[in-house]
Amino acid sequence: MNTLSAPSAPTVRYLPEGDSFRSHMAARHKKGTLWLTIFQAATLVSILALTALLYNIINQSFGWVAVRNQVEPEALAIEGTPLEELSKEQLITILEAYISKGVMRRLESEKPFSVRSREDVYQLVEERVINPEILRSWPLADSLLRRSAIHQEVVETFPGARLQFRAWINPQFLRAPQSANPAKAGVRTAMLGSLWIVGLTILVAFPVGVGAAIYLEEYAADNPLNRLIQTNINNLAGVPSIIYGMLGLAIFVRGLEPVTSGAIFGLSDPTTANGRTVISASLTLALLILPLIIINAQEAIRAVPRSLREASYAVGATHWQTIWHHVLPSALPGILTGTIFAMSRAMGETAPLVVVGASTFIAHDPTGPFSKFTSLPIQIYQWTARPQDLFRNLAAAAIIVLLVLLLAFNAVAIILRNRYRSKRREG
Amino acid sequence: MTAIHVLTATARLAPVQALAAARCESDCALEARQLSVYYGAFRAVKDVSLKIQRQKITALIGPSGCGKSTFLRALNRMNDLIPGSRTEGEVIFEGCNIYAPGVDPVEVRRRIGMVFQKPNPFPKSVYDNIAWAARINGFRGNMDDLVEQSLRQAALWDEVKDKLRQSALALSGGQQQRLCIARAIAIRPEIILMDEPASALDPIATLKIEDLMHELVKNYTIIIVTHNMQQAARVSDYTAFLMMDEDRAGYLVEYGPTDEVFTNPKDRRTEEYITGRFG
Ligand SMILES: Nc1ncnc2c1ncn2[C@@H]1O[C@H](COP(=O)(O)OP(=O)(O)OP(=O)(O)O)[C@@H](O)[C@H]1O
Ligand SMILES: [Mg+2]
Repeated sequence: MNTLSAPSAPTVRYLPEGDSFRSHMAARHKKGTLWLTIFQAATLVSILALTALLYNIINQSFGWVAVRNQVEPEALAIEGTPLEELSKEQLITILEAYISKGVMRRLESEKPFSVRSREDVYQLVEERVINPEILRSWPLADSLLRRSAIHQEVVETFPGARLQFRAWINPQFLRAPQSANPAKAGVRTAMLGSLWIVGLTILVAFPVGVGAAIYLEEYAADNPLNRLIQTNINNLAGVPSIIYGMLGLAIFVRGLEPVTSGAIFGLSDPTTANGRTVISASLTLALLILPLIIINAQEAIRAVPRSLREASYAVGATHWQTIWHHVLPSALPGILTGTIFAMSRAMGETAPLVVVGASTFIAHDPTGPFSKFTSLPIQIYQWTARPQDLFRNLAAAAIIVLLVLLLAFNAVAIILRNRYRSKRREG
Repeated sequence: MTAIHVLTATARLAPVQALAAARCESDCALEARQLSVYYGAFRAVKDVSLKIQRQKITALIGPSGCGKSTFLRALNRMNDLIPGSRTEGEVIFEGCNIYAPGVDPVEVRRRIGMVFQKPNPFPKSVYDNIAWAARINGFRGNMDDLVEQSLRQAALWDEVKDKLRQSALALSGGQQQRLCIARAIAIRPEIILMDEPASALDPIATLKIEDLMHELVKNYTIIIVTHNMQQAARVSDYTAFLMMDEDRAGYLVEYGPTDEVFTNPKDRRTEEYITGRFG
């Protein structure tokens, strides 16, 4: 009797029950809540940091500016007709009256006045005659909150100047090349430079990186040499970018100068004819992001389910047919994501480009792999390093351009990936 | 101890094998000779020798982890794909050892097809699942006919004829498995290996697969791994019973015609396993 009931009514209690269970439960939930709070706080901190960053950029990109014209537009009116309504011929007479013969001749030789449009001439009048100069800028927050104080200040310190609201990021800013005058300077050269550099970088790094990943994942035997290579690739991903800059300087700019300057193709830029070109920058950045692309692509290839490979082999596919028709398509979304990350990284890199020899001031667009180059981050860096405050506003506007470009890349990547994924799911 | 085990096992097997060999020497589609498979230092299959009869269904049964899948995968060199695995012994197919140097494993797998435990259609359309398998093997005939014929043989045609262009992943599990069978037979292998092909399916789908096997065996040799004793008894003509020794290496205990193995097992361990007192 006793022996029978013993197992069904155990005297030793292994698990808490009743009140002790409930208090135990409460303690467990409390722990969960504590961690949740910590995570929320962490998220909040990063959101605050991001907001501060955005605030700072926006604050610098918009605001009041004090502008003084060399010649007021009203003074240029002819017989009561305001400047905006003057004909092309009248505008040309104004130009002739205000600027030197030499400059006139140069403008004529750039593009004869007879073929210039009225808008073109009007713009020349604006630039050369009216020649507005920005004397001082105020950030957006001040512009909104201290309006009357700013008015007062302008009247006192800048007689003859007008207060104007200016969006530093504007269509003209995107179209104009680099200039020493902050009112005219734009990011066009830097933007095109960045696009050229990143485009060529991806063109080089993507096939090489994916190829290396395929080799390492699919073909390389597990031997000490290959393990060494793998370890090195993993470590290279952590090497500071300035070191890649030194490498690029030594190899591409100096060592391969005839190639990177375009000389052996007869394509070198006559103003430089050295290796400090778009292609050198691209190759350097390609080296920099290669480990990232390889590691990412390896991860993506490794994540392809074994069952898919086996299905392929089981119907008599060769290794390469399996890779080409199943492994790569199924790894592609992951590979693309990794590549876009790498591309964003290349887009934002500054230090190696400084070492490789980004030009500090070029006003004409890059036309190919053998042009001199500058890039958005370099341009931003230079503008922030200038002593005049006005360039800080330009830097902020350029940062917006850079961020928008990066966001656009990522958006394209996400759209591509999702389209590809759903296509595969639907067959 | 291990040595004795091996000795007794082979000693008991000898008459069975001799019998089978005498009965249908030319009917032997595949023969494993002293086949051992290692994963690194671990021996998963130990000295298995058996002759598979042509156009018959052979069932492999045995407790979990005894190396049935490993043995099955060794028969078409699928284990080559697992890093660190190694095979000893011979598998004779059409008079030659598939592990001999110079034999192309791709050809082996094209002629000895495989269907897996978990349905694994390609993430392509139903049509392309079959068409791709045929195309990579250089098929030049009428693809539409081949697809229809393969799907009909796999008893799937009526269910999918209106969704040939839809993703194979949208099919039910049982349909996917029959698609995998259709894909396997589309390239006309001589032998089809099936590793628990019905383990993820409900009884009706299972019965469909079993009917299908009965249909296919008219043209193909089938080797199937199963945990389901009734299934082994229902579908197979021959049954091989594998077990683990104390090193967890799988070895062959008994092999013979299914009705003999199930009604009159020669080995006590087979009897215990079949009647459910073991494993
Ligand atoms: N890829 C592998 N690497 C290392 N060991 C493995 C691998 N696959 C299987 N094994 C081992 O080999 C032994 C046999 O495995 P196998 O899958 O062949 O068993 P099984 O008889 O098919 O079992 P089940 O009935 O559960 O499917 C097991 O001990 C298993 O742990
Ligand atoms: Mg198994």
